[in-house]
Amino acid sequence: MKKNGAQIALESLRREGVKVIFGYPGGSVLPFFDAMYEMKEPRFILTRHEQGAAHAADGYARATGEVGVCIATSGPGATNLVTGIATAYMDSVPMVAITGQVKTFLIGNDAFQEADVTGITRPITKHNFLVKDVKELAQTIKEAFHIARTGRPGPVVIDLPVDVQMASCDFHYPKEVNIRSYKPTFESHKGQIKRIAKAIEKSEKPVLYVGGGVIISGASRELTELAKKYHIPVTTTLLGMGAFPDTDELSLGMLGMHGTVYANHAIQESDLIIAVGARFDDRVTGKLDEFAPHAKIAHIDIDPSSVSKNVTVDIPCIGDAKHALHGLISTLKKKPNTEKWLNKINEWKKKAPMKYKDDNKLRPQYVLEEIYKATKGNAIITTEVGQNQMWAAQYYKYTKPRTFLSSGGLGTMGYGFPAAIGAKVGRPDKIVFDIAGDGSIQMNIQELATAVLEKIHVKIAVLNNCYLGMVRQWQELFYEKRYSHTYLNTCNCPDLVKLAESYGACGIRVTKKKDVRKAIEKAIKVKNTVIIDFAVEKEENVMPMVPAGQAINRMIGGMA
Amino acid sequence: MEKFTLSVLVENKFGVLARIAGLFSARGFNINSLAVAETEDPSVSRIIMVVDANEKILEQIKKQLNKLIDVIKVIDLTEKDCIDRELVLVRVKIDAKTRDKVMQVVDSLDAKVLDMGKGSIIIEEMGDVKKINATLELLRPFGITEIVRTGRIAIQADNKG
Repeated sequence: MKKNGAQIALESLRREGVKVIFGYPGGSVLPFFDAMYEMKEPRFILTRHEQGAAHAADGYARATGEVGVCIATSGPGATNLVTGIATAYMDSVPMVAITGQVKTFLIGNDAFQEADVTGITRPITKHNFLVKDVKELAQTIKEAFHIARTGRPGPVVIDLPVDVQMASCDFHYPKEVNIRSYKPTFESHKGQIKRIAKAIEKSEKPVLYVGGGVIISGASRELTELAKKYHIPVTTTLLGMGAFPDTDELSLGMLGMHGTVYANHAIQESDLIIAVGARFDDRVTGKLDEFAPHAKIAHIDIDPSSVSKNVTVDIPCIGDAKHALHGLISTLKKKPNTEKWLNKINEWKKKAPMKYKDDNKLRPQYVLEEIYKATKGNAIITTEVGQNQMWAAQYYKYTKPRTFLSSGGLGTMGYGFPAAIGAKVGRPDKIVFDIAGDGSIQMNIQELATAVLEKIHVKIAVLNNCYLGMVRQWQELFYEKRYSHTYLNTCNCPDLVKLAESYGACGIRVTKKKDVRKAIEKAIKVKNTVIIDFAVEKEENVMPMVPAGQAINRMIGGMA
Repeated sequence: MEKFTLSVLVENKFGVLARIAGLFSARGFNINSLAVAETEDPSVSRIIMVVDANEKILEQIKKQLNKLIDVIKVIDLTEKDCIDRELVLVRVKIDAKTRDKVMQVVDSLDAKVLDMGKGSIIIEEMGDVKKINATLELLRPFGITEIVRTGRIAIQADNKG
């Protein structure tokens, strides 16, 4: 059966099980959009900016575990996707981005709306393709999805010239994919698993240091079993939140720059760190030379290049986290004696709990605690970047994987709202809250139209302190309070309530602590997208904090 | 920093070299020399690269190369017995007085004269780095005006010695 390139692309997406496409039309994707005319499946969601489409696809992918798909036209359409693609790349999110391209014979001619998209996206994709022949299109899409979702997942760009979309050929969707140069290691080495098991059995102060890899591989159950059965405390990275229940007594919460005091002290005193699907990011390790000075380090990761990149690893174990943890549980013979260790940690927990000033002022931490209570911990939380992100990590308790979506690696402001839209599309049964700052929410505010018109009812909690809060915090602490260009004056401009209303969304303003809970409950009840504008304390800081370049137990707001 | 020789088998497709070059430039690593050509299988190219690195950087380079989808295999020839060759074309100044002396040097090596003009001579030498460098040193006193040197190519030896 003959089909044109656009129809082939669309049919191939269907065969890959794609249920939703986020995107924005333009000249070089006209054939593709024509093929989608009056289409029911997959659902197409028209965003108001290509960046919104990329983040929405990302949010969809993180919330569901499926590959997120977005599409944009050539040139500026494609470059507008770039931040979203880079965000997905840094956080290992499976995504396929289709970009229109000028006609093949015009490529390299500085044609209208031309950009070297494979060139631009090369360092921020797991792989990319320029399809020059319609006969290669179906195979390329098959490979793109395979690459995006296997191994360490990541975004794949398919650059599709408009004449290839129009050219026709017979359509056969390949059943299998075999890329000779791409065979990610799935099963880890049994000998290495044994070595880790031995190290655990011998250890007295073990810590499980858990990252996003555990969530990606669906290994939360195995991780929880390992920790609980062998009494090993667990600390998670920002992207690991939800991999292990925050409510469990073995949970140390997040580690690193804004981690808990007890998590950081546990790492510094530990004699064995079992890293699973985490990559020893600089926000986690602080000063590298002084990181975990007494610990042997075991590292389970599917990406060999993550192992011994920053911290030298004693027991590397390459493979899928779920598979490796399962192997570890069945290999372990005896429990390490961690009673003393857990007692010590509990003392730290008592001495230096997470806390903020509990007074009558409207503090952002309180807002998070109330959102947690009102949603009974069952919401999906997305965040923007900065103080809002850290408070969302610190003061909402995550108990299930894929419930905390945040741009951890790239730290992209403007991520949370479109990601919330994507997450709500993927999980319509869930309440989805975007925890935003007044700075970041304005970076993709145009997606209010998408949310309202497509009836994707997400809730946005803006922690409005009129500042670019995290940068202001650094200026306060390290630049003698010289608040250079971090005052956004969002208290006066724009009026977020009116702005919400102008889009047909619901706007609520909260200025007093006592009104917080009521507002959150109303927002949950309203069948609409809601912005709650919380006028929070302006100069509240995220604490505790490891100053950049310091050892992680040297915390401001830490133990004396 | 030391020099390491890597032999990298890649898919013979457009854009692959750019991916590899990008991997180096993005990390501020330098490629010392590079030789790329088709192998016995026309769908596969071999890239021989000499890189400046230390052990840790080399480890990252190898892992990052392996991570690229189009890279089939990375072989570190530094650790192995291998035979390596480079080819150099050298233009050397000559005049009536130095002509015979240059020819004597050429004869004493197994270099070849490819072309001779009034004021200069083009000499070809092939061999491992040591030999090439030695040849260049012998010719330098006469006045080298141009050096064209290929990247190093290398192959694993079948037996030692």
